[in-house]
Amino acid sequence: MIRLLLLLPFIGLMIVPFYNVREPYLFGFPFFYWYQLAWVPLTSLLTWIVYRSVRRAD
Amino acid sequence: MLTNVDSAAFAVFLALFILVTGMGFVASRWRKPETLAHLDEWGLGGRKFGTWITWFLVGGDFYTAYTVIAVPALVYAVGAYGFFALPYTIIVYPFVFAVMPVLWKVAKERGYVTAGDVVRGAYGSRGLELAVAATGVLATMPYIALQLIGMEVAIKALGLHGEVPLVLAFLVLALYTYSSGLRAPALIAFVKDIMIYIVVIAAIAIVPSKLGGYGAIFTAADAAFAAKGSGGILLSPAQIVPYASLALGSALAAFMYPHTLTGIFASSGGNTIRKNAMLLPAYTLLLGLLALLGYMGHAAGLKLASNNDVVPELFKTLFPSWFAGFAFAAIAIGALVPAAVMSIGAANLFTRNFWKVWVDPKVTPAGEAKVAKITSMLVKVGALLAILLMPTQFALDLQLLGGLWILQTLPALVFGLYLNWFSSTALLAGWAVGLAGGSWLAWSDGLKPLHSIDVGAGPVAIYTGLLALTLNIVVAVVVNLVLKRAPQERLAREAAE
Repeated sequence: MIRLLLLLPFIGLMIVPFYNVREPYLFGFPFFYWYQLAWVPLTSLLTWIVYRSVRRAD
Repeated sequence: MLTNVDSAAFAVFLALFILVTGMGFVASRWRKPETLAHLDEWGLGGRKFGTWITWFLVGGDFYTAYTVIAVPALVYAVGAYGFFALPYTIIVYPFVFAVMPVLWKVAKERGYVTAGDVVRGAYGSRGLELAVAATGVLATMPYIALQLIGMEVAIKALGLHGEVPLVLAFLVLALYTYSSGLRAPALIAFVKDIMIYIVVIAAIAIVPSKLGGYGAIFTAADAAFAAKGSGGILLSPAQIVPYASLALGSALAAFMYPHTLTGIFASSGGNTIRKNAMLLPAYTLLLGLLALLGYMGHAAGLKLASNNDVVPELFKTLFPSWFAGFAFAAIAIGALVPAAVMSIGAANLFTRNFWKVWVDPKVTPAGEAKVAKITSMLVKVGALLAILLMPTQFALDLQLLGGLWILQTLPALVFGLYLNWFSSTALLAGWAVGLAGGSWLAWSDGLKPLHSIDVGAGPVAIYTGLLALTLNIVVAVVVNLVLKRAPQERLAREAAE
């Protein structure tokens, strides 16, 4: 079940209308940009959580 | 040939180029195998690349030199829409994490080198094997040509004109790939990736301070798009579905290509791949920030002859010439790694799934390696001739179709890892319809990647590759159902009689 975490980046990035806005800004970046950039470390983190539970699989 | 060449930039460029050329030839002795005359060694580096080598190699060949030029160029030209590369290169990794270790395991256990091998093993179909292999080779050729375009931009930015430098660089590349195989790009990838990291980090740290910070850069880009009357730093409503579907379709296609699969097959194990799925997003972060160079072009008020010049012009304008030379070398060397791996991937396909099957079934492992070496050479010469003799747009159009084509191999390659339901006939039918239908749609839309469909709520443009994949899967399912029912019906009829 923990593998389902891998679906979160798809959901988070496919809901384009949600993040296609300027506000709120962060360090001068409109939301559109920092939201998508934030998914990079977030995806790595989610993958790491899944990895910890499956690494003994083979 | 040598007009307006800055000597400092040129010296740095040349020194780095000579360094990687030396590395390319020395690579045949790196992690030395008993023999290089075997496709597992020449074409997959012995399947022993651990986490770090795989990280540099896949990072080096997935984030290509052309990306470094073209993504900022697209963002410079159209704005937010060009950022689809960011969600694309994020969601690709959960997919890699879930699917690629399974594929690696099958390949390792049965000694497979290519996608064609995997498909033949799963379905026992020579037809499907040939379909997958031919698609791989055809999709890769224009991709190699694109790397040449990236290299051309960097060489031109140095002030070198004419085709001689490009031909020389490519010749050198062809020679050391021939002698060292996958070990050459794997070793060069270390240098290439570190250089690209230095260049991009310098750019994103120093350029904003010269241009008044990120806030000012976004404001300048916003104003430039408003003045131009097209593009913008947010997506227009009509761009939302194209943005999402291009990201999704590209992510599904990315690891169907021979060069990315070669990186996967060459790794030392499933956990190596899983760890890379966690670590490779570091390159995505880099790509996202690199894309912003497009906006920095607006903030710096560059006047460009071609959008592709935005990255080179920024470096020439804002950095000392020796660092500009370093950046151009990074881009040119950045083209060598993917071009080498792509030609190796295509050569592996040709050797294993065409030569060995249809020409010389008794070929020895040494013979396989020899055929692959010669093929890799021919593939590169072909790409070079294509760039020298044909208009650049031709390569770009073919590359676009290539993405659509390679996506049609996904059902054949991936479904069989999980399901034992589809027959090879059904998958072959799906592949043929997806490929032909998708190409026809793209052609009728003037070779644009988007096709408008109307599902009742007005026309919506969507990535043609995804439409073709949907068609592909629907056809495969229908044909499979028909084929499965046909024998049952016959049995029932015979029983009734």
